[in-house]
Amino acid sequence: MSVLVLAEHAQGIFKKKSLEAVQYAAKIAADMGTTVTAIAVGNVGDGELKSLGNYGAQQVLHTTDARLDNFNSRSWAKVVIAAAQKVGATVIIGTHDTTGKAVMPRVAARLQAGMVSGAVSYPDLSKGFVVKKNVFSGKAFAFVSITSDIKVISLMANSFPVIKGKGTATVENFDVALTDKDFSVKVVSVNKASGDIPLSEAELVVSGGRGMKGPENWYVLEALAKELGAATACSRPVADSHWRPHNEHVGQTGGTIRPNLYIAVGISGAIQHLAGVNGSKTIVVINKDPEAPFFKAADYGVLGDAMEIVPRLTEAVKKFKANQG
Amino acid sequence: MKILVCISQVPDTTAKIAFSENNTVFNAQGVTYIINPYDEWYCLVRALELKESGLASAVHLVTVGKADTEPVIRKALALGGDEAFRIDTDSSDPSVVAGQIAAFAQGQGYELILCGKESIDYNNASIGAMVAELLDMNFLGFAAKVDLAGSTITVNREIDGGEETDSCELPVVISCQKGVAEARIPNMRGIMAARTKPLKVIPPAAVAQLSSIVAYEMPPAKSGVKMIDPENMDELVRLLHSEAKVI
Ligand SMILES: Cc1cc2nc3c(=O)[nH]c(=O)nc-3n(C[C@H](O)[C@H](O)[C@H](O)COP(=O)(O)OP(=O)(O)OC[C@H]3O[C@@H](n4cnc5c(N)ncnc54)[C@H](O)[C@@H]3O)c2cc1C
Ligand SMILES: Nc1ncnc2c1ncn2[C@@H]1O[C@H](COP(=O)(O)O)[C@@H](O)[C@H]1O
Repeated sequence: MSVLVLAEHAQGIFKKKSLEAVQYAAKIAADMGTTVTAIAVGNVGDGELKSLGNYGAQQVLHTTDARLDNFNSRSWAKVVIAAAQKVGATVIIGTHDTTGKAVMPRVAARLQAGMVSGAVSYPDLSKGFVVKKNVFSGKAFAFVSITSDIKVISLMANSFPVIKGKGTATVENFDVALTDKDFSVKVVSVNKASGDIPLSEAELVVSGGRGMKGPENWYVLEALAKELGAATACSRPVADSHWRPHNEHVGQTGGTIRPNLYIAVGISGAIQHLAGVNGSKTIVVINKDPEAPFFKAADYGVLGDAMEIVPRLTEAVKKFKANQG
Repeated sequence: MKILVCISQVPDTTAKIAFSENNTVFNAQGVTYIINPYDEWYCLVRALELKESGLASAVHLVTVGKADTEPVIRKALALGGDEAFRIDTDSSDPSVVAGQIAAFAQGQGYELILCGKESIDYNNASIGAMVAELLDMNFLGFAAKVDLAGSTITVNREIDGGEETDSCELPVVISCQKGVAEARIPNMRGIMAARTKPLKVIPPAAVAQLSSIVAYEMPPAKSGVKMIDPENMDELVRLLHSEAKVI
């Protein structure tokens, strides 16, 4: 019995959502009286691998087969499955992102394990193994009971704070026998937006709707986002009109995000938009229409013209940051 | 080349979500059902385009669901699917849904299986990858563009923090999202034709249920919006810092 967690990194640095997943695994392991093994794939330094101990991992399995550097769900799932078998994992955890959503269902299917995807709570062990997740695109939650021996969870980012402790982990090289068939998908080209904060893990998000009038006005939102260290998002018609790239579209048919702060500017607050953002901890709505439905879902509202309010808010943030030193 | 499109029935995007029986049962009263938008707008339309351009020979539809899903399946046939299969069981467990689809597709010679990136009811985003594993096929998730040349499939797909282009040989399972195709509206001819197209009911295979939903919960109601003086953004920043504690 043990808990296994797949830890993702970008250029050798573990992602915040994966640290979240490691500490999530550690809490489950503690509750179950067992240990946590993390698995890392690719080029990561020894110090960084060991640092997973700070978040509760006792052991790190490190797979360095260079063919895995191009992500593919088939080969990666094989690695996770092999690791699960090696450590006798009964709970297997990944992140609910494009990596985890492709790998974890394969792992679950192969190991005949029940799966909860997009978990937002720790498992309730007093009721067996019951985990809370979003359903109906954020309009409700479901409590899912897993009854199989092995359980697979993909964890929604920003669901838990990352708590850094003091432990250290042992690192072990972990080789998995992979065949050519496991690499039968060719990666032709990769295009990563460098430097920006990925929307799915951003704690602060500034988002714009049709009320922004056109892409030429987005600079005011970008300035606010920059000042806050926030990612940018948008409503669907904005992406449909190509004012903003499609990956910024949030809502029922776009991405689902749960930042600490969501600032919605010139967005009416249609039910399909709310579905993607109503897990946000705090919502600020800036809109010139007092009847905009979004105000009903907001914590703070500002009535007025976006092009006047947003620069004013940016200045206020700047002043605040300067005072914070 | 036969294409299989996975069609899921979901509540309309504007449906009011409510539960009964002590929050254990979804209250379907007054709810209209639609084809999961990803399945209809992207998977099905792209499959039809591949057929229309002569790259595919047939577009089959599969739904895991009880008889109440048939109107939605008929709509998918009206859009242009050739034949539909309804696996006669209902489950919220992705292992069951994927297990049924895989058991049905096994040995049927489908070279391209398309599913949506996510269903808007259970939001699992996991059926496609599970089906791929069960059928020992490649899986390309979150495609925004799907092209076929000979037996080589090429997709543009979303990855963490960007996008990439992948290619592989058929067979493959692909999950589709925005960009793959443009939504279509069924026309009268399609609607008439759909009435006589085959919709076969398949008894469910023996697939173990590994999870179940034991209860639902509505998100906590917001306590009400606090309106801030538009002239005083310092006040908003102060509240975000000291009250909401988010900056
Ligand atoms: C099946 C389906 C799925 C959908 N999925 C999604 C989805 O995933 N995401 C999504 O966002 N939408 C989705 N939609 C669309 C959704 O219903 C709305 O049409 C959309 O969210 C509206 O976008 P908006 O708020 O930017 O634009 P609008 O509704 O046009 O609202 C613009 C707002 O800006 C305000 N405004 C105008 N000028 C100013 C100004 N100068 N300063 C401040 N405020 C101003 C207006 O008062 C208004 O409230 C979906 C629809 C359907 C049918
Ligand atoms: N009951 C079902 N029957 C057929 N296909 C389904 C069913 N449920 C989900 N799917 C397919 O799997 C995709 C992803 O669903 P999910 O994993 O539930 O988010 C959907 O877009 C459908 O294409």
